[in-house]
Amino acid sequence: MCLAIPMKVQDRTQFDALVEWRGVSRRVGMHLCPEAEIGDFVLVHAGYAIGRVDEEEAAKTLALIEEVIGEGGE
Amino acid sequence: MGREALHDARTVRALVGSVAEEFELIGRELRIMEVCGTHTHSIARAGLRQLLPPGLRLISGPGCPVCVTPISYMDRAVALARRPDVIVATFGDLQRVPSSTSSLEVESAQGARIEIVYSARDAVELARRHPTLQVVFLGVGFETTIPTVAASLEEAEREGVENYKVLVGAKLIEPPLQVLGKDPELRIDGFLLPGHVSVIVGSGFYSFLEEHLRLPGVIVGFDPVDILMGILELTRQIAAGDPRVSNLYGRVVSRDGNRPARDLVHRFFEVVDVSWRGLGTIPNSGLAFRSGYAHRDASRIEVDLDPPVEPAGCRCGEILRGSIEPPECPLFDKGCTPMHAIGACMVSSEGTCAAWYRHERHRLAGREGVEA
Ligand code: SF4
Repeated sequence: MCLAIPMKVQDRTQFDALVEWRGVSRRVGMHLCPEAEIGDFVLVHAGYAIGRVDEEEAAKTLALIEEVIGEGGE
Repeated sequence: MGREALHDARTVRALVGSVAEEFELIGRELRIMEVCGTHTHSIARAGLRQLLPPGLRLISGPGCPVCVTPISYMDRAVALARRPDVIVATFGDLQRVPSSTSSLEVESAQGARIEIVYSARDAVELARRHPTLQVVFLGVGFETTIPTVAASLEEAEREGVENYKVLVGAKLIEPPLQVLGKDPELRIDGFLLPGHVSVIVGSGFYSFLEEHLRLPGVIVGFDPVDILMGILELTRQIAAGDPRVSNLYGRVVSRDGNRPARDLVHRFFEVVDVSWRGLGTIPNSGLAFRSGYAHRDASRIEVDLDPPVEPAGCRCGEILRGSIEPPECPLFDKGCTPMHAIGACMVSSEGTCAAWYRHERHRLAGREGVEA
């Protein structure tokens, strides 16, 4: 039940947004994400955006994995 | 490296190798608890238990909201659904959870008005469409879900949707971690922390692990590679004797979490003692409406309730404490399957029994019995 998926904000008003990912569009509540802007990725859980996805941090995680695998010697 | 790496078999193998090396260095059994039901499922689906060294035990924790919801809550939900002036709106997961004598699904077949919704906002919409009835949303969940319930209440307040009520079943994750982290039988060495709860509470929230429990914790995402990275980080901290909280899910979890979400929750709810299936009543581990919002509180609607009765033979409580694994329940895969579930841990798609049934059952054949 704590599943959440990233979706891209297409359009928003104060409390509502149209979000999309891979051709699936949905309206979600934006009460919990006052700062998200059009073009941002938000994490959608139970019909509401609950946080923003930070692309820079995503890249850092991938770099970290690369580093660890490098150490693992493969 | 692209995101595909998160699923890459080669990446998985390399990480498993690194974990095994750290594990050798530590030289004793390790017990790592994954708190979140979604992690339990990812671990089972990817078969991570079989890939890791046998002495590295992954123990499932209490992070399946439906599973930890006590039967008394389901009794009240069923009693509400039987009232002719009530529509119960619920996430699908709760539908088949047994109450003492029934379930919402059974009540629905007998004519009660029960609507499955995807979101609390749909429940507010339902209330708008049925102004003469009371619409009761079953607000079960952890820190991830509670803000969405608070947002639905904000909408109902702002737009004057008077007939929208919530039966609060909100749970907080810190108190059970404190209890389980100190349990001398469980002897937990570290926690895989719940990724989406952390989006709300923030990584800074978990400082109690280090300060009170002297245990490491890692916030991770839900892909197998995310989880293995977390396990590797835990083994490194254990090897170094340096417990900390690491955040490997920075793409959605910040240090401070989501403050507007927490503020909204705080507006409607206050912290109270609540009861958990398997763990009993834990002080300050749940939420209830503040007195100013009593008009939204569905637990004030009058219903007749009998004393709660747990399903006979079900050991879901012990599973939620991490003290047994599903195959140790005599009913597992005998009387109890997802199609004919006896306890909540099998009903919920996030439950540990359901995860084992779907993903681990066929592997058990090759296992020399189940270690206690
Ligand atoms: S297998 Fe079924 S009866 Fe046994 S503990 Fe799990 S849910 Fe309960």
